[in-house]
Amino acid sequence: MSGAAAPLRNDEALVDAIVDEREALEKTWNDPPGFLGWLMSTNHKRVGKRFITTAFVFFILGGILAVLMRVQLARPENNFLGPDLYNQIFTMHGTTMMFLFAVPMMEAMAVYLVPLMVGTRSIAFPRLNAFGYWVYLFGGTMIYVAFILNVGPDAGWFSYVPLSGPDYSPGKRVDFWAQLITFTEVSALVVSTELITTIFKLRAPGMSLNRIPLYVWSILVTSFMIFFAMPTVALASVSLMMDRLVGTHFFNPAEGGDPILWQHLFWFFGHPEVYIIFIPATGFVSTIIPTFVRRPAFGYTALVLSLISTGFIGFGLWVHHMFAVGLPRMGESFFTAATMMIVIPSGIQIFCWIATIWGGRPIFKTPFIFVLGFFFTFVLGGMTGVMQASIPVDLQVHDTYFVVAHFHYVLIGGSVFPLFGALYYWMPKFTGRMLSERLGKINFWLMFIGFNLTFFPMHQLGLKGMTRRVYTYPAEMGWADMNLAATAGGVLLTLGVLVFIINFFRSVRSGELAGDNPWNAGTLEWATSSPPPVYNFLRLPTVAGRDTLWTQPDDQPEVVGLRSDVRQVLVTKMLDAEPDHIEEFPTPTIWPLLAALATTLLFIASIFTPWAVVWGSIPVAVALIGWFWPRKRQADERPPEDIKEKVGEEKAIRLMEETP
Amino acid sequence: MSIIATKLCAHRSSIFCCLLLAACCSLLSGCAGVQSAVDPAGPQAGSISGLWWLMLYTLSAVFVIVICFVLVAAFRRRRPLSGESADGPDTRPEAEQERRMSRTVIAGVALTILILFVLLVSSYLTGRKIYSAGYSAQGALMIEVTGHQWWWDVRYNDPSPSRMVTTANEIHIPVGRAVVFRLTSADVIHSFWIPNLHGKMDLIPGHYTNIWIKADRAGTYRGQCAEFCGYQHAHMAFTVVVEPEEQYRAWYESQLRSAPQPSTPQQARGQEVFLSSPCIMCHRVQGTDAGGRAGPDLTHIGTRPTLGAGTVENTRGNLAGWVIDPQKIKPGIRMPPNNLEPQDLQALLDYLQSLK
Amino acid sequence: MKGLRRITTALIFVALGLSLFACDREARKFRVEPSASKRSPAQPMSDLQPGPKLPPNEGKDARSQYSKDEYEENAYALAEGKRLFNLYNCSGCHSQGGGGMGPPLMDDKWLYGGSPEQIYTTILAGRPNGMPSFRGKLPDFQVWQLAAYVRSLSGQVPKDAAPSRADHLQGKKPENRKEPEQMKQQ
Repeated sequence: MSGAAAPLRNDEALVDAIVDEREALEKTWNDPPGFLGWLMSTNHKRVGKRFITTAFVFFILGGILAVLMRVQLARPENNFLGPDLYNQIFTMHGTTMMFLFAVPMMEAMAVYLVPLMVGTRSIAFPRLNAFGYWVYLFGGTMIYVAFILNVGPDAGWFSYVPLSGPDYSPGKRVDFWAQLITFTEVSALVVSTELITTIFKLRAPGMSLNRIPLYVWSILVTSFMIFFAMPTVALASVSLMMDRLVGTHFFNPAEGGDPILWQHLFWFFGHPEVYIIFIPATGFVSTIIPTFVRRPAFGYTALVLSLISTGFIGFGLWVHHMFAVGLPRMGESFFTAATMMIVIPSGIQIFCWIATIWGGRPIFKTPFIFVLGFFFTFVLGGMTGVMQASIPVDLQVHDTYFVVAHFHYVLIGGSVFPLFGALYYWMPKFTGRMLSERLGKINFWLMFIGFNLTFFPMHQLGLKGMTRRVYTYPAEMGWADMNLAATAGGVLLTLGVLVFIINFFRSVRSGELAGDNPWNAGTLEWATSSPPPVYNFLRLPTVAGRDTLWTQPDDQPEVVGLRSDVRQVLVTKMLDAEPDHIEEFPTPTIWPLLAALATTLLFIASIFTPWAVVWGSIPVAVALIGWFWPRKRQADERPPEDIKEKVGEEKAIRLMEETP
Repeated sequence: MSIIATKLCAHRSSIFCCLLLAACCSLLSGCAGVQSAVDPAGPQAGSISGLWWLMLYTLSAVFVIVICFVLVAAFRRRRPLSGESADGPDTRPEAEQERRMSRTVIAGVALTILILFVLLVSSYLTGRKIYSAGYSAQGALMIEVTGHQWWWDVRYNDPSPSRMVTTANEIHIPVGRAVVFRLTSADVIHSFWIPNLHGKMDLIPGHYTNIWIKADRAGTYRGQCAEFCGYQHAHMAFTVVVEPEEQYRAWYESQLRSAPQPSTPQQARGQEVFLSSPCIMCHRVQGTDAGGRAGPDLTHIGTRPTLGAGTVENTRGNLAGWVIDPQKIKPGIRMPPNNLEPQDLQALLDYLQSLK
Repeated sequence: MKGLRRITTALIFVALGLSLFACDREARKFRVEPSASKRSPAQPMSDLQPGPKLPPNEGKDARSQYSKDEYEENAYALAEGKRLFNLYNCSGCHSQGGGGMGPPLMDDKWLYGGSPEQIYTTILAGRPNGMPSFRGKLPDFQVWQLAAYVRSLSGQVPKDAAPSRADHLQGKKPENRKEPEQMKQQ
């Protein structure tokens, strides 16, 4: 597999040909040199790493805000933060974690991993991918600059009208929030488009739908959910901005609008949102478990069907956020049933994972330990979720710390623990170096104990009547001790994240070299070097079964016939991944960055004047014209049969290279 | 099982057990309180808390079983950390074991569905019990509550307008009588919640929502706004006094009366200060020229247990601080600070405290 | 690594630098200086007449505190002004600024002057033919908030600080859509 090992039984000409081909591919796929080239990059791994880093920075910022809140709540009637600042901070915390960390992080991992896992050279629409990243970065920067300038949103990450409306949120604070939604919306939509296309059309030959790695399935389902969920929140936030800026009446009851409309639109997005965050995490779990118990996942079909049904049912639950609104009880009952129903696919997944572990022989490496932590926290969060599906119980615990506990158990427990497991798992692929196992375990225990200490007491606080989003509470309520415990837990949790950061920098500097496949895992991203070359694979692999690297025969053919002097990518058919045609991919360019800047200009200016939508569209149009300016492209009209034919021939080269 | 237990402890996973124990203990104890969802003082909260305990026990059992399975699965055949790379993957699992696992998973799913169904039905039944009207329109007490940023306007409806009572941040209800709350908001969305009596109901501008409760245990409970409503969401509470019918009637009659006339010169001076200062712009004192409706009705402020919607106790010192600088106690609130001369302030306090 | 540290330091400095420019337009100033909450002493008045002319020194302290960025260019102060405008029933005569029993406030005509100080005097002293005196009834800062809001009705304040539409029936363009009127003293 590795090109470094010198073949003994060699054919000089063939080896030279391989070296030449590597160089040619390198030259073709590399970004232009220099800072400008860095800005122009469209390589999915480079963009993916930026995406992951940026999302992690936002995770840290959101975490700092959380610590500030915990300090404020550590004692009753505390004066550390006033109500104005506290409201901005909790709004920023929720907004950051949901829009700037969780969704982008899950997409970022997919941007890096999916093309490797399906065995192709690039993500589909690489320029769009770069554009998506820049828009996300500018949006996130905008909201933080606004926050520092004391224009931070303060109406909650859910921004219920009329509180977030023109009458009760003066100034531009909420407008920045609403515009941030537009930014992340654009970014999420373009990235999910790329991922769907990559998964459907760029898979390695032979990777039929029933052989797609479970992680890739989870990303496919997530991307479709983003597709259907995000537009509603964009609609809602644009309506809100119009209410605030030009005086429309979408949410004004006196003129025929309705504040409840906002809640429907928001939660129609908001509930699928949590599954958009959770489903990729199940993909991490489904990938990590088989590797560390050394056997294929149990119940592949059941797992995939669970993911898909979660994707569908996830859209039928939103009213359970609105049980206290006073909607007709009969209608609400259906949402109780739907909410309980979604436990079934989650349960199937849990059972299949347990069966996988049961049937294998686990090795307790850090990623696996994070997955075990995931079971504990996520199942607990799931149980409290079932309780809240019931209308009567929900009416008591709704908007209390019980809910805060619940969703941190499912979001941190269900997504962040698998995410950290995934970072420990794939970091060797990203950087080529292993993370320390010892620090990894310290990291896990700090996070696990800290997490439970922070959030477990909140269940009881909620039952004892502590409502959410309060900046302080009276001393005589008896909530102080548990709040203090939660703050202490928050400190441990922070230390855990700090250990991860230390571990990362230690590893980058002096970590053990990883090699191609340090975990001896079965998916295709481990078939190339760590970190992967810009072109991903010297020869695109072909696939004969699930867990490709574990099951493929030694003489598994590879794809030949793609030119190495232009960016050619093999497009395959959607269902069975038969080679279809060759597509030439675009080269790096500065236009996505310029288009993102123009878009940012339009979005930010339209916070202040509606005319920005008119005049701001001119730079956007210019950037798009530059972006899509026709370029000379050599059509490769070889019929797909031609490529397919050559698949067999390549056997020889591969064998030659590998034989010791 | 004991082998597993030893293994668990050996691997520091005893933390799981400890947490589980701590979890159970802390949930089962010490939830009594004046604002507690699991210390019911009425049939609705009682039904809900019954359902809650049913769910807690069932789901705790499920949780423990699932986690046991996870731990047993993880620890029963673990490999040593070293030398794992030599181990090839087991790509051809034993068919018999796979079948056994399939059967177990299917059984697990079936059990899950069964448990969910039981919980679903009990949830429906509880829902029906707490919502279906268990009162007659004549016998029930009708109270209209309007949410304001950050206080509660409470009006007791009565067929004859002269017998309607207006108060604020304080609700008295008789034991054993159904009370229907008609809720709306004057500004943003709030949520009405008396945990010891019932779940929440939102107050939404432009809508009326209804909730009915019944209390069968006398006592003083605390309610709080549960929907984020701005700067002082944290300090938007109210007191619910559940008392026997006679006491309730006596209280109601006292609330019907206008404010007493000042009985001392100091109080008279206080009334003058009140009527000639910004107080009069927002507050109402029945029987005087003060008729503002923007702030809480102060006709019987002397009897209220708290100031600022449950923010501080109603003492003379707190009242003085409240009048002079409410922004210190409740920043962002709509009441402006009042720059009064000391003697005027003392007179005003005397007057306000005499409003009983 | 060094680069990273440098970038982090730079970012922290940028953040600190930015926070120095923290937007006054968005500040929520809940507590005012004690002098701004002073109210002018009430004077006995008959039921029929507007308040007497302000003594020459009255409101001087308050006026010296008036700063544009604290009231006219502050979104929170303007929103408070709008809330008070309805709360104190200014709308009862001026009808959301369109005028009814009282003169309209959204046009370019100012009977008694359109500067904040003149509006302050109008509110405190009252004016003939119906405008009551609010002397003694309002703390100074609320009068300034009202004055600032009244000026926003004719578009005299920055649009990004002016209030937008209210959550009730609409009789006019929202204040932040109002084109500025040229002031005319009559």
